[in-house]
Amino acid sequence: MNQEEITMEEETQAQTEPPEDWEKKLEKPVPKILVEKLNFFYGSTQALKDISVGIKENQVTAFIGPSGCGKSTFLRCLNRMNDLIPGTKVSGKIYFDGTDIYTRDIDLSELRRKVGMVFQKSNPFPKSIFENVSYGLRIQGITDKTILEDTVEKTLRDAALWDEVKDKLDQSAMRLSGGQQQRVCIARALAVQPEVLLMDEPASALDPISTAKIEELIADLKKNYTIVIVTHNMQQAARISDYTGFFFLGDLVEFDETSNIFTNPKDKKTEDYVTGRFG
Amino acid sequence: MRFRINLLSSFFTGLTLLATLIIFAILFVIIGNVVLHGHKIISWEFITKAPREGMTAGGIFPAIFGTMALVILMIIAVLPVGVMTAIYLHEYAKPESVLTRTIRFAVNNLAGVPSIVFGLFGLGFFIQFIGAGMDKFFGLEVIWGQPCLLWAALTLALLNLPVVVVAAEEALRAVPKETREASLALGATKWQTIRRIILPQALPGVLTGAILSISRGAGEVAPIMFTGAAYFLPYLPHKPTDQFMDLGYHVYVMATQSPDVEATKPILYGTVLVLLILTLLLNFIAIFIRSKVRRQMRQSV
Amino acid sequence: MENSKTIEKKQQAESIIFKRRFHLSEFIIEKIIFLSSFLAILGVVLIFAFIFKEALPVLTSLEVKKEVSLKLFFSTTIWQPVSDFPRYGLIPLIVGTFKVVIVALFFSIPLSVGAAIYTSEFAPVRLKEFIKPIVEILAGIPSVVLGFFALMVMASFFHGIFHSTMRLNAFNAGVALSFAIIPVIYSLAEDSLNSVPRSLKEASLALGANPWQTAFRVSLSVAMPGVLAGIILGLGRAVGETMIVLMASGNASMLSANIFDSVRTMSATIAAELGEVVQGSAHYNVLFFIGASLFVFTLIINSLAHLVVGRLQRKLAGKV
Repeated sequence: MNQEEITMEEETQAQTEPPEDWEKKLEKPVPKILVEKLNFFYGSTQALKDISVGIKENQVTAFIGPSGCGKSTFLRCLNRMNDLIPGTKVSGKIYFDGTDIYTRDIDLSELRRKVGMVFQKSNPFPKSIFENVSYGLRIQGITDKTILEDTVEKTLRDAALWDEVKDKLDQSAMRLSGGQQQRVCIARALAVQPEVLLMDEPASALDPISTAKIEELIADLKKNYTIVIVTHNMQQAARISDYTGFFFLGDLVEFDETSNIFTNPKDKKTEDYVTGRFG
Repeated sequence: MRFRINLLSSFFTGLTLLATLIIFAILFVIIGNVVLHGHKIISWEFITKAPREGMTAGGIFPAIFGTMALVILMIIAVLPVGVMTAIYLHEYAKPESVLTRTIRFAVNNLAGVPSIVFGLFGLGFFIQFIGAGMDKFFGLEVIWGQPCLLWAALTLALLNLPVVVVAAEEALRAVPKETREASLALGATKWQTIRRIILPQALPGVLTGAILSISRGAGEVAPIMFTGAAYFLPYLPHKPTDQFMDLGYHVYVMATQSPDVEATKPILYGTVLVLLILTLLLNFIAIFIRSKVRRQMRQSV
Repeated sequence: MENSKTIEKKQQAESIIFKRRFHLSEFIIEKIIFLSSFLAILGVVLIFAFIFKEALPVLTSLEVKKEVSLKLFFSTTIWQPVSDFPRYGLIPLIVGTFKVVIVALFFSIPLSVGAAIYTSEFAPVRLKEFIKPIVEILAGIPSVVLGFFALMVMASFFHGIFHSTMRLNAFNAGVALSFAIIPVIYSLAEDSLNSVPRSLKEASLALGANPWQTAFRVSLSVAMPGVLAGIILGLGRAVGETMIVLMASGNASMLSANIFDSVRTMSATIAAELGEVVQGSAHYNVLFFIGASLFVFTLIINSLAHLVVGRLQRKLAGKV
């Protein structure tokens, strides 16, 4: 027992201990992602103010709010994509499965594999559809053709694109329509088997039919994944999410079950926004 | 009044057109003259045989061979270093740091240094310092400490470093940042992203820089005059410590030091024509690739 | 209490997938990239160091200074390093360089600036895409070919017109040199004129100015820093150019005001004499000294051009 304790001690040195009472703070089950007092600055401008929220596992959580209020910034904090922007500062903690992702010892590649992202504007690589979807696996060193082919098929099916492209997997992904490209990006993100999928306005650049397909997809995906969406389309949030958070000027004004936010909001600002008085 | 203003304006506009046409004419005359006097001598024999009878007969194959050997060595030296410098500047360096600005300063100034100064450097540093030092270290006779392919190629590599760096950086800059983000968001490391996504997309631009540098390397004479080029060698260079013949150097010596100008004139013009075709062809290819890439980028935006 | 804490730690340990792994290949590659970008700096430093090292004796070594020194450079007007009584008068070389460069600038500036104005202000769109590549072709002609052309064709041509005493002279070399500089000035000038915002040109035309007035009074004046930078760079290139002058100027280190006399420029001197000089001799040091001067000159030129272009950029951004 002592030996185990010692090795365990060494292994846990990298990880910061979450607050002792975090499990008491929120109702069980423990949230997949726990954000505590997150502040974010672009240079001297503060984009996020003291955000605290828990993202539940296997649920769809949506964040709404007028544009420029920090929703996308918040999303990008969750997989540390904001690190790519020079001059930004972060304070506060974000726990993924109990580990603070902003500690120095984090392996960023691993984090981003577990917390996947689909961007607002689809960004397929100028390569074939097959190469796009299998990219995430190949960078992990997986070269087994069978595994790659099976994963590509599975994720393209999940993204509701398989039937449309199964005969042209070798074609360049750039030749697909906008909606198809976005679904390739979704399949590509799913291929690495993330536990959380972050989606930044996933259907904003798409036509209504593609949008409907993607919303269907999201509803389907939550069985196996935790989904966090940012959208400026309130109706979309109302349709597909289980929990909704309202961002306004960098503050998380309200966070609750979706039905409550839209039918019985507690904050006046929330009410004004969801009833269309501004936005 | 209005009429006079407009008349004068038309006149000046016409002058600018004239300037443009004069430049065209200059180009036309130079190339035309070379083609006119040189095309007669161009033949398979000219390109594949060595010169005979004091450069009045035969071909210039050794000069072609030497130029190619020189340029190949140069590219091997300059391309990796130039591309890596561009990668560092664009992907890794902090934009305003002292180091970044120093590197850019160095690259920019390297571009303006006169080619004869490179020749001086090649002589003073590569041959007399490094080369002689190597000979002393290995206890050799004069092997490395003399003009040869290696030092001439390295001198040219230094001369062309800015060309490659600038072209490579422009190519890297053209890769959209969304593609980079997509790769990183999937868990790829920085280098994986560079290797698999960014470099392949930047390849045409890098190629343009490489081809332009080859064209310059083939045409420059001052840097190689004292670092390895020779007017007549009875052998072809087969190791880096050999001297070599070179098209540009050949033109220079033949034009200025030939005892019988009339007799060597055909070969001289032929050599110039070959050199011109070589450099202009390379330039064309580079410009073609560059314009194709720019058109592609405009389409995908 | 002890047990549950251990179990909790164990659970947390199992969920650790985040401990940073050390990617060896990534580390090595990054280091290589970092190091190779140093080579550019190293190159400039080394050039600086070595050329100055060999040039320094002219300023510092007593022995060398007996034969040649800064003072001696300017106390005689004869450049004759190879003789029983070697003399290193720099003045004929400097004047020679100056003559050739002046001729080159005289011809190249109006032609290249004029063509740049035509290309960016008046040329129909289809012609525009055609003109720039043609000038780039001119840029692609090696200087040894230009020197060859000046030697074989232009010299006799000008001789027939001007009947100068010397067939190879500063004028001949200067004109050939202008061919080499035209693309340099043209590309910077044209780029600058192009970057003048369309709205400015439209405003001028809307006020009733005709295209020339717009081009001259608006575009050119806004783009002037860029045009100027192009001229500065052209100047730098002209001073440093070797092969053209080596082949077309006559290579005689004589001092005169006549542009139809043969000249010897600084760069051509190095090229002409480096082959026969004894390593380590005073003559050798002098050649390196001249090279060092050329190097410093181009450094200054480059910085100047940069400053001027920076001014253009700030002007367009509204900060000047």
